[in-house]
Amino acid sequence: MIRVELPHHLRTLAQVSGAVTLEVEEPVTLRRVLDELETRYPVLRGTIRDHDTLRRRAFLRFFACEEDLSHSATDDLLPEAVRTGREPLLVIGAIAGGALEAVS
Amino acid sequence: MSRVRVLVGTRKGAFVLTADGKRESWEVSGPFFAGWEIYHMKGSPVNPERIYVSQTSGWFGQVIQRSDDGGKTWNAPGGGVQKSPEGFPVGESNRFSYDTSEETGRPLTTHQWYDGTQHPWEFKRVWHLEPSLRDAEAVYAGVEDAALFRSGDGGHSWQELAALRGHGTGPQWQPGAGGMCLHTIVLDPKDPERIYIAISAAGAFRTDDGGKRWKPINKGLRSESIPDQDAEVGHCVHHIAMNPRRPGVLFMQKHWDVMRSDDAGDTWREVSGNLPTDFGFAIDVHAHEPETVYVAPITSDSLHFPMEGKLQVWRSRTGGDEWEAMTKGLPQKDCYVNVLRDAMAVDSMDECGIYFGTTGGQVYVSPDGGEHWRPIVHDLPAVLSVEVQTLT
Repeated sequence: MIRVELPHHLRTLAQVSGAVTLEVEEPVTLRRVLDELETRYPVLRGTIRDHDTLRRRAFLRFFACEEDLSHSATDDLLPEAVRTGREPLLVIGAIAGGALEAVS
Repeated sequence: MSRVRVLVGTRKGAFVLTADGKRESWEVSGPFFAGWEIYHMKGSPVNPERIYVSQTSGWFGQVIQRSDDGGKTWNAPGGGVQKSPEGFPVGESNRFSYDTSEETGRPLTTHQWYDGTQHPWEFKRVWHLEPSLRDAEAVYAGVEDAALFRSGDGGHSWQELAALRGHGTGPQWQPGAGGMCLHTIVLDPKDPERIYIAISAAGAFRTDDGGKRWKPINKGLRSESIPDQDAEVGHCVHHIAMNPRRPGVLFMQKHWDVMRSDDAGDTWREVSGNLPTDFGFAIDVHAHEPETVYVAPITSDSLHFPMEGKLQVWRSRTGGDEWEAMTKGLPQKDCYVNVLRDAMAVDSMDECGIYFGTTGGQVYVSPDGGEHWRPIVHDLPAVLSVEVQTLT
């Protein structure tokens, strides 16, 4: 089982508490984990990666085992500790802006 | 007895304010979608219990929410765990993909960027949701980068009305300070094929055939901030309002200038008259008096707050040109908030109520057409939008 920890707003949106556990077929890559996550929770489609390009949204990051996987190829194997469920994959809202002073 | 439900979108969530017809004692519920920007929420005129919400975030993108019980409970249409007959997940309520198909006229894919180069369209967020006047399942969405989408299935899926972007002037459109947004959608109650929209900073546009063909309707607008001051497009229209009983007459708050059209937007004339400043964002029309118009003057494009710290709504009972300040109950010193373009609304009670929200988190009501004001709430997050439902 793969464990995925979502940021507060996405947990609220998906109506889950704590880490999400997913069954992901081998080979366990970031793309496959996100595919499964979006299959289980369609409301998360578009909130982590773009609908059409599947590129990571700019102000989100993927961390695991004290590493930043945000710029890794999405078809790379995830760290073994994530693949075996010992460590979670963390989806993090970046400490950055993202809110434009729009509307006016 | 009738009652009112005020839908308030803020920088940090949605709120629903309800009162009976006296509009004196208010119940406040929310925040809904706490922490998210709620650019707009609006109820269906066909089924007032159906409310559509634009929930957006710089981090997590766009979500459409919907209530079918007047705001008590919410769901993202299509966002639940569902499978197609083939076993694939379905439901993509937050998917707004620009149309690039040849069948729909191969819409242009670039617009003018701040540096004068051409830039591809990129979806940012939904600014405005306009439910159909005839079908509770149908709703229009005005988005940034500027385009118009429609859902015919209650917000489950969205299709672009691509002929707007593709009609010819698209490459001349450019973003205003708030982005290149389609922020205003006005549906003609008498002619279901006629839709007005407005884009910052491109101007106003109209279709007379349900969105197949569009034309700019900016004749009479003059804008000092563009090289050709009366160009066909390029004007920073802030908002357009209409009295449903007289759909051919439109009122516009432009970046500067308050304008009026008596021919469905074909031509405009300035009606700023004696306003102390004709810069502003919000404008609306009295529910029962088509010549009574309200604006919230803002000092200037450099100073986005009321003049001299005095919060004022100005009313014209002559369809423009002659205006009077309506200030009773509004702060008349040390007030430096803004009133944004979608943050003014009117109810349709016998005595028309006027509402507006501020970036300081106040929502004010005047239950007597602007004569007297009082705050419903003082301390919400910055108010982005205000809509009112009159319920029986």
